[in-house]
Amino acid sequence: MEYKRLTLLCGHYGSGKTNVAVNMAYDLKKRFDRVTVADLDIVNPYFRTKDSAEDFKAQGIELICSEYAGTNVDIPAMPQQMYSLTDDRSVRGILDIGGDDRGALALGRLAPAVIEENDYEMLLVINCFRPLTPDASSTVEIMREIELAGKIPFTGIVNNSNLGEETTAEDVLNSLGYAREVSEITRLPIKCTAVREEIYNELEGKIPNLFPLKLQGKIK
Amino acid sequence: MADKVLMKGNEAIAEAAIIAGCKHYFGYPITPQTEIAAYMAKRMPKIGGVFLQAESEIAAINMVYGVAATGHRVMTSSSSPGISLKGEGLSYLAGADLPSLIVNVQRGGPGLGGIQPSQSDYFQATKGGAHGDFHMIVLAPASVQEMADLTVKGFELADKYRMTSMILADGTMGQMMEPVALDYEIAPAPEKPWATVGTKMAREHNIVNSLFLAPEELERVNFERYERYAAIKENETMYEEYMMEDADICVAAFGIAARVAKNAINEARKQGIKVGLIRPITLWPFPEAPFKKAADKVKAVVSVELSMGQMIEDIRLATECKVPVSLCNRAGGMIPSPEQVLEAIKAANNGGAK
Repeated sequence: MEYKRLTLLCGHYGSGKTNVAVNMAYDLKKRFDRVTVADLDIVNPYFRTKDSAEDFKAQGIELICSEYAGTNVDIPAMPQQMYSLTDDRSVRGILDIGGDDRGALALGRLAPAVIEENDYEMLLVINCFRPLTPDASSTVEIMREIELAGKIPFTGIVNNSNLGEETTAEDVLNSLGYAREVSEITRLPIKCTAVREEIYNELEGKIPNLFPLKLQGKIK
Repeated sequence: MADKVLMKGNEAIAEAAIIAGCKHYFGYPITPQTEIAAYMAKRMPKIGGVFLQAESEIAAINMVYGVAATGHRVMTSSSSPGISLKGEGLSYLAGADLPSLIVNVQRGGPGLGGIQPSQSDYFQATKGGAHGDFHMIVLAPASVQEMADLTVKGFELADKYRMTSMILADGTMGQMMEPVALDYEIAPAPEKPWATVGTKMAREHNIVNSLFLAPEELERVNFERYERYAAIKENETMYEEYMMEDADICVAAFGIAARVAKNAINEARKQGIKVGLIRPITLWPFPEAPFKKAADKVKAVVSVELSMGQMIEDIRLATECKVPVSLCNRAGGMIPSPEQVLEAIKAANNGGAK
C-alpha cells in the first residue's frame, strides 16, 4: 500500500481505527526508518493505541500519546508532542483520532498545518457491523459530522467491516457492496479492505488492496 | 444489514433497552459507562423517546421515579460514585414498589477512585444499596451478549415484581466489543393498574408514595414485600456451572472475573487438576443451592473477585463454612490474570486454602 507522509484515521466510534492504525504503523516501518504513531483519542478511556506501546518500542516505532492515557486521569488531554508531526517533516506519521465528530475535534488544531503541507491521506474507517452505521447513508452522515469538526476533507476509505475475532471471509465479502456504496456517494476511493490475518489467505485475490490486521490483544 | 452486530457492552445495554420498550432514559455522564448515555442521545430522538441529561445523578434517579410511576419502562445508568448518589432514589423506588432498570458499570473505589474496572460495589448492590429493608434484583453479565440479554430480562423482572433490577457490570464489560445478536421476542409488559396515568373520573386515585403515617401499615408493606422477595429467590435465581461434575475445587466468579477464571480452569484441567466454576448470574438472589451442593463434594472454594473480597461472604454463608473458601483478588481497577487464578487453584488443591 502507498502512503502519504501523514495518514489520519477517523471514523465512527468503534469502527476499528486503532487496530488499523497499529497495523499501518507496522507496515510503514518495513519501508521507513522513522515512523510515529500519534494516539490523539480524547474520547475512549480503555483499549487504545497505547496498549501496543511495548510492541512499538520493540520495533522502534515512536508513540505520541497523552501521558494520562490508561491512567485514572479522566480528562480529554492532548499530548504536547503532537506538533512535532507537522513540524518535523522527516517522519512518517499515523494519526489515530478519537471516534465521531467529538473525537475529530482534536484535529482542528493540526488541520491548518496538515493542509498547508498537503502530503496526507485522511481516511474514513467504516464498519457496517456497527449498529449505528449499518448502511451507506448513516455512515456518510457520521462522515460529514467528522469533516465539520476535524476541518480536513477525507481522501479515502478503509473498509474495516468486522465482527471482531468472529469475522468470517463471508462477512467481509458481504460488506463490499456497502463499501462501494459509501465510495460512490462520497466519490472517495476505497484505499484498502482490512481483514484479520487469520482470514487473509482465504480472501487474497478476491478483493483488491486487501490489508491484513493483527488484532490488538483483549481479555478473553 | 447484519444478523450480528459488533457492539460495546455499554451500547448493547442501550440498544437492548430500546428493544425492550424503554423510551425514557435519564442520566449523567461518568466513565466508564458514558457510551450508554451517548448511544441513547443518538437513538432516542429517532424512536420518539426521551433522552435527558439531568443536572445530576440525583435528579436523574428521581426522573426515573417519576416515569416509573406512570408505568412506562425507564432506566438510568452510572458508574460507582454516581450510583452512590442515586442511593436515596433507589430506596424511594423500593418503598413505592416501582419497577425500573439501573445500570452500574463499576469502577475502582472507594471515593472518586479511578476509571478502571472493578467489582467492589457488590455489597452495595446486593445488600440493598441504601437505607431501609429492601433488595434489588442484581444481574451480572459476563459477555456483551449477556449485557443485552440481561437488560431485557431486567426490565421483565422489574415489571413482574414491581421493583428495581440492577445490571452490575464493570468497566471492562462496558468497554469491550463483541458480536451480539439482538433478536428478542418481547412479551407485552404486564398490566399496571397502580400506575398514575389519570383516573378519567372512573376510578379512585392511584397514589405512588413511600411515606406511611401509621407504623403498623409500614410494617405490613415490609412483610408483604419480603414475601415477594422469597418468591424471587425461589423462582428467579440464575447461575452457570462449568466443569463442576467431577470437580475437587470450585472456583466462584461473576462478570469479567469469571472469564479470566475459565481460562485458568482450562489450564488447570490440562495440568490434571479437577476444577470447575460456579458463575452466579443473579447476585441477588444469590445462587445458594449450587454452592450448598458443591460444599458436600469439593475440598475448597476459590472466590475470584475484582474487590477486597465481597461475594466471598455469601459463598461462606451458602457453603455453611463446610469447606475452606479462599480469595483470589485484585482491587482498585486491576484485573486478576489467569496465571494468578491458576496459582490460587493450585494452592487450594494442595490444601493451602485459608
